Amino acid sequence: MASSKDEPFLVVEDLKVHFPVTAGLLGRQVGSIKAVDGVSFALKRGETFSLVGESGCGKSTTALSVLRMNRPTAGRIIFDGTEISALEGAALRPFRRRIQMVYQDPFGSLNPRASVRDIIGEPLVVHGLASSRAAYEARIAELMGLVGLLPDMASRYPHEFSGGQRQRIGIARALALDPDLLILDEPVSALDVSIQAQVVNLLMDLQERLGLTYLFIAHDLSVVRHISDRIGVMYLGRIVEVADRDALFGDPRHPYTQALLAAVPTPDPEREAARPHTIIAGEVPSVRNPPPGCRFHPRCPNAFAPCRTDGPELRALEGSRLAACHLYDAAHTRPST
Amino acid sequence: MSGHLLSIEDLSVTFRSERGPVRAVHSVSLHVDEGETLAIVGESGSGKSVTALSILRLIGDAGRIDRGRILFDGRDLLTLDKAGIRSIRGDRISMIFQEPMSSLNPVLTVGKQVAEPIRLHRGKSWAQAMEDAAELLERVAIPDARERLGDYPHQFSGGMRQRVMIAMALACQPRLIIADEPTTALDVTVQAQILHLLKELTRELRSALILITHDLGVVARYADRVAVMYAGRVVETAPARALYARPSHPYTLGLMASIPGLDAPAGTRLPTIRGQPPDLANLPEGCPFVPRCPHARAICSSAVPPLEPVGPDHLRACYGFE
Ligand SMILES: Nc1ncnc2c1ncn2[C@@H]1O[C@H](COP(=O)(O)OP(=O)(O)OP(=O)(O)O)[C@@H](O)[C@H]1O
Ligand SMILES: Nc1ncnc2c1ncn2[C@@H]1O[C@H](COP(=O)(O)OP(=O)(O)OP(=O)(O)O)[C@@H](O)[C@H]1O
Ligand SMILES: [Mg+2]
Ligand SMILES: [Mg+2]
Repeated sequence: MASSKDEPFLVVEDLKVHFPVTAGLLGRQVGSIKAVDGVSFALKRGETFSLVGESGCGKSTTALSVLRMNRPTAGRIIFDGTEISALEGAALRPFRRRIQMVYQDPFGSLNPRASVRDIIGEPLVVHGLASSRAAYEARIAELMGLVGLLPDMASRYPHEFSGGQRQRIGIARALALDPDLLILDEPVSALDVSIQAQVVNLLMDLQERLGLTYLFIAHDLSVVRHISDRIGVMYLGRIVEVADRDALFGDPRHPYTQALLAAVPTPDPEREAARPHTIIAGEVPSVRNPPPGCRFHPRCPNAFAPCRTDGPELRALEGSRLAACHLYDAAHTRPST
Repeated sequence: MSGHLLSIEDLSVTFRSERGPVRAVHSVSLHVDEGETLAIVGESGSGKSVTALSILRLIGDAGRIDRGRILFDGRDLLTLDKAGIRSIRGDRISMIFQEPMSSLNPVLTVGKQVAEPIRLHRGKSWAQAMEDAAELLERVAIPDARERLGDYPHQFSGGMRQRVMIAMALACQPRLIIADEPTTALDVTVQAQILHLLKELTRELRSALILITHDLGVVARYADRVAVMYAGRVVETAPARALYARPSHPYTLGLMASIPGLDAPAGTRLPTIRGQPPDLANLPEGCPFVPRCPHARAICSSAVPPLEPVGPDHLRACYGFE
């Protein structure tokens, strides 16, 4: 029943995740935090799709929904043709194996009292896949080899490893169950640039060899550009632009995407001193009472009348690019300036 | 005597481990002046955090400061008694820790955690301290800050927790802020806002900032001077512009070459520094970078090269190469 190459492998459709805000002794609900508020995107098999956007805009919450580790308020998640958002318990189990996560923090996410062997092997034990001691050991050696760890490191403990090595342990563990989809939430942000480069190269090699699909979340836009096929830009619980890598970085369309790219610091003090350090203007928007119309309009340098009242839909522009912005709507004539 | 706000002189720190003593920091000397931002960069495990933690004597029971002095406002912090160092922490020197989740208390509300140092060091009432906390959280761009004072850390995103740590560090208007990877969980626009805020404050209060980061773009934009660490030692230090214009230590050169710039070709394999990170319990003789250095010569394994000037205010620890 595997999907064909062109069918989307993962579809997230109008996903909403709202957290209740309560008040008083009885915990009466007085509002909600609309962490994810109508997010849709699709991943092709074997591609790397990245989510970027402002801190707190709902990237991790979206990822946790795909992993079925939180309860979506609305929307559907379809993985390889099955609507996993409708499954519970035993029916969900096979999908849990096929979707794995690598976490940001290579220090906090590994049990300090377990050996590397036990850390990598734990998912095998949990899912009852260790048929014999010998098969278990062989699989662990294979996984360690895959991520470039030496077999004799298996009996060491996490604190004996560098950050980059610990991140490799996390990746080996995520690969133990032969997943099809890896979700990587800030997998390299704790690493120095040289080790970060090693881990990025490793992820690209593994994808080629194992045909993995990646949902990648990161703030470092040069890493995102390097590793991604396509990118979705989020702002305040919504996707505002989706485009192929070169289109997005070469010609960003949504004013938020433009502001984001303009804020990337370049490793060149002369250039940095010479250019203006624009900071997005305006108040940080409330997640409990998001601005009406386009959520970015209070901070947008291009906002005009319709932006204040109508929320723009995510629409196809040229090629495979999507953007949610009235500047590109035929229905609204742009004011002449 | 030095007119520096903080100066670290010949600091060495060792940890006990099953495989023998680990010298995490080796003869490190650094200083930072009023109004200045010093960046510390270097490999994972090179001793950046341990150096920073030593300033506030927070290295824990397994570690020992073997040698050195840390002068702050004319006093050696390493000789203060417990009460003395505690009165400085979070007040005149504050630290933004590398791991927000393990540094925040999961069962205390965000508001209380930010208000606590204000109450402790400034003797304000809870109500006043909470008011200050709300303002601080607004300054670090937490949306709905006032309404979210009662939230617990797990209800905040990764980057929001990091900003809570920053608000706590700013609470008492410190003379020195030590920020250990303060913006790893932040997008570039919020990062710019936060670093801009930290810079403003150091200017306003004539204080200083020690910024530990892996992001060489951030260093280029915000640092006045840079120290590069490798295997527990400072291997190069220079004004930021000089370091980028003329990186002089082979490790610094390797680091600069690994940056996946926004104008480099995408989708290809990135250059890395060959070989493995050093094992601190088992360092080679001489320069610790020898096993990975493309320019190593016989002399490099004879003794650790001293830091020597290669330009104005620019030092490197290397016997030189073509
Ligand atoms: N369990 C929860 N309870 C209440 N609010 C939550 C919870 N989890 C997340 N939120 C809120 O949802 C919003 C989105 O959080 P999320 O962690 O998805 O952001 P993010 O895009 O991953 O940000 P970052 O880049 O900082 O990690 C934030 O306002 C956050 O406070
Ligand atoms: N409590 C400890 N016990 C034993 N060894 C320690 C301890 N704390 C640090 N070390 C060791 O000291 C060395 C320096 O660590 P430090 O945390 O200063 O590195 P860092 O330069 O901050 O690295 P990163 O960029 O990954 O944060 C490392 O090899 C580390 O394993
Ligand atoms: Mg997140
Ligand atoms: Mg550190």
